[in-house]
Amino acid sequence: MSASPIDRFTRSLEDLDVAVTRTDPAGFTETIETIVEPPCVGTPLPFADVSVPDVVDTEPTPRTLEAAQTTVTAASMGISAYGSVVLPSRPDGSEQVSLFTDLHVPVVRESDIVDSMAGAIDRLGPRLRDGESAIIATGPSATADMGALVRGAHGPKEVHVVILSTDTEGSQ
Amino acid sequence: MSDAREATADRIRHLLRTEGAAVEENTLGFNQGRYDSVADLEDYEGLKHRAREIKADAIERLPELIDEVTARVEANGGTVYLASDAADANRYIREVASEAEADRLVKSKSMTSEELEVNEALEADGVDVVETDLGEWVLQLADEAPSHIVAPAIHKSREEIARLFNELFDPDEPLETAEELTMFAREKLGEQIREADVGMTGANFITADSGTIMLVTSEGNARKTAVVPDTHVAVAGVEKIVPSVEDLSPFIELIGRSGTGQDITSYISLLTPPVDSPVVDVDEPDVAFADRDDDRAFHLVLIDNGRMAMREDDDLRETLYCIRCSACANSCANFQSVGGHAFGGETYSGGIATGWEAGVHGYDSAATFNDLCTGCSRCVNQCPVGIDIPWINTVVRDRLNRGGDPSRFEFLYEELVPDEEPSGIDLQKRLFGNYGTLAKLGSATAPLSNAIASLSPVRSAMERLVGIDSRRELPSFERETLRGWFASRGGCQVSLADADREVVLYADVYTNHVAVDRGKAAVRVLEALDVHVTIPSVPESGRAPLSQGMVSTADRRASEVFAALAEPIDAGRDVVVIEPSDLAMFTREYERLLPAPSYERLSSNSYELFEYIYGLLENGADPDQLRSGGEAIAYHAHCQQRTLGLEVYTTAVLSELGYDVLESDVECCGMAGSFGYKRQYYELSMDVGDRLREQFERDPARNRRVVASGTSCVEQLSDLLTRESEHPVMVIDPAD
Ligand code: SF4
Repeated sequence: MSASPIDRFTRSLEDLDVAVTRTDPAGFTETIETIVEPPCVGTPLPFADVSVPDVVDTEPTPRTLEAAQTTVTAASMGISAYGSVVLPSRPDGSEQVSLFTDLHVPVVRESDIVDSMAGAIDRLGPRLRDGESAIIATGPSATADMGALVRGAHGPKEVHVVILSTDTEGSQ
Repeated sequence: MSDAREATADRIRHLLRTEGAAVEENTLGFNQGRYDSVADLEDYEGLKHRAREIKADAIERLPELIDEVTARVEANGGTVYLASDAADANRYIREVASEAEADRLVKSKSMTSEELEVNEALEADGVDVVETDLGEWVLQLADEAPSHIVAPAIHKSREEIARLFNELFDPDEPLETAEELTMFAREKLGEQIREADVGMTGANFITADSGTIMLVTSEGNARKTAVVPDTHVAVAGVEKIVPSVEDLSPFIELIGRSGTGQDITSYISLLTPPVDSPVVDVDEPDVAFADRDDDRAFHLVLIDNGRMAMREDDDLRETLYCIRCSACANSCANFQSVGGHAFGGETYSGGIATGWEAGVHGYDSAATFNDLCTGCSRCVNQCPVGIDIPWINTVVRDRLNRGGDPSRFEFLYEELVPDEEPSGIDLQKRLFGNYGTLAKLGSATAPLSNAIASLSPVRSAMERLVGIDSRRELPSFERETLRGWFASRGGCQVSLADADREVVLYADVYTNHVAVDRGKAAVRVLEALDVHVTIPSVPESGRAPLSQGMVSTADRRASEVFAALAEPIDAGRDVVVIEPSDLAMFTREYERLLPAPSYERLSSNSYELFEYIYGLLENGADPDQLRSGGEAIAYHAHCQQRTLGLEVYTTAVLSELGYDVLESDVECCGMAGSFGYKRQYYELSMDVGDRLREQFERDPARNRRVVASGTSCVEQLSDLLTRESEHPVMVIDPAD
């Protein structure tokens, strides 16, 4: 248990066969541009110091969502033990747009990575009691209902997690 | 009666042939997956303990929690309807659909909605109901019922699904691979969801403090179902409520692992409706999501349908703790062979289904499959909330016995039926429930009794009247019982003065009358380790009647056994038991049948034979007094012994004596006491046994000497294999 929460998070993602890239605000735009498959949609990131690059349309509509290949959205937490990201439901649609494209790129800040499921739920408690909703998403959508494991049932076939190192706390 | 048995046998035979292979492959995968996945948890037992505590508290405080969640959801802007039964729930849901002017309602998987048969109710109103879980959709297209509570279509192979899709949709290129089938379904269902007016989900949990519903899925269909349309209906049994968000954490960690063996499913949705996410409206394709101002509707339909009565029922109450993970189905040997179409009632399937069906649909529904629980207890340690599932099955069997009609053959077996049991009890159950009386008669009249029992007219009468399958070899009674032998040799050869310890060897019916040799070997082994042995007359443990659902008879036996053993225990003697199913009575089931101090005294002083030998050797007894050797052994531990964690001692002792031991890893041999003798279950029993046969006929077990701890396992193995099998004590018996 000597590994840091971030290392554990990365290892859990690797065990799930989920791609993960670490970057900082300076390298963020380039990182996203390398990962995404256009057309891309997304929602504005509630983090200081970074915003999604222009390649991502942050005002999606049902029509642009339908045509998109990639979604880039913010995750409010990462959970080391499971390689999970927490996707909050927001009025801008960040939760459900992440479900429609083949590739989802959740962006999680290092400072939001917690070690355990219990730790994540403890943080979620007050938010849910405040009326918020969230999805704990772990890897891509999957099904074994058709006789073998297939990735991409109703949701993304692939997830690529971006971990953002940042010294300053953004507005949440 | 025999017609009913024949019909049951036919049905099981049919399912074994048509669905058995697919069910077996999937359930064995889930079962192994669970063992692997929980092994990674740092504190599995602690999590299970916590999960049980939360459920016990929630069910205790249920009325209060229903009020709290109602107030909370309403404050959030949703509506709560508490439905007394299925008709009431369906009426409300139809009203909601009608108010929303719904043409189409999309659903994510929910067993509770199956319990309501809400699809049929809505379809009668002309609403197009579409199941969006891929497995459920396949079943909807095929017009079939789920065969598993988590993975509803496991009974269907990929080939069957491909045939179904190709016939129904006639695609340009015939679909073949799992990938093609999935992408095809995704496409079709995606369209249906986009155009839906109402989305219906279940709820795995509901938190009273926030009004959040938690959904456990991997496909993502529940997420879409809940947020794409503007109206969301969640149906859930009242037992799904837990006090707070923080209570969810152990369940999140346990539910996927316990079910399909995934550490966690892809999506744990924590929705506090009405949710903030905008509606995905295809009629306004160019309005940005961020610019929408939706007025979402949310209806939580809480279902009673018998649950509040279950809560008042001391024996059924724990059913309400069930989180429907399916571990009890996947770890069940019979379920692994036939699946939920045989091992299930109107809605629910698997071990706990007996409790659910008895509670929500009534005893008739539970009666159709209750016999399939053999009480092997393999599910007990697998249940994340610690429900004693076999006990619930036993209690329901007992109640069914009491509701049955008196049989016209009653007079024949009157003497076999204990007074406490109702006269409506099935002849077959009476016979097996009172095996002890039969055995006494059998030994007294052996070898005549054996010769008569094996005559073909007798066998066919037995098959016709009580349903003992004529393909089974009947146990053959020994003229000289173990106790008779022991007395005639002058009792124990180790005098009290020379003994290190004193043991009461429990002569179970089978050891005393049939497998007398293993009893003799046990005596010699204990004597070789300087133990003074006595074999007093102690009544049957009550295992046989309990397995037939005769709870009051078992209860009386427990008291008699305790009365017979209390004095030797107080005198400092240890109780050693050869038959694991009897030991499990003393150490597990008696907790429910004896006063707590009596149970404590008996169970803490009772040992399985090899557990005891292990203890003696650990405490300095001389292993050289036992027969050692380098022989290669294939060992099948008894199911109930494994639940108690006692199989390790046999392996440890044999290994210490130089034997090379390989253990089987199947859940149960399939015989399970009298189960495999029953005409209607013979084929199923052999199918279950087949997994053990395969293991023991393959390398590296192929040429090994076969040993098994349970009597019924030995019988079953003798029918399955061409080589003999015996109790492991025979291996170390110093006499030969
Ligand atoms: S009884 Fe226990 S093991 Fe069976 S489905 Fe319910 S929670 Fe799971």
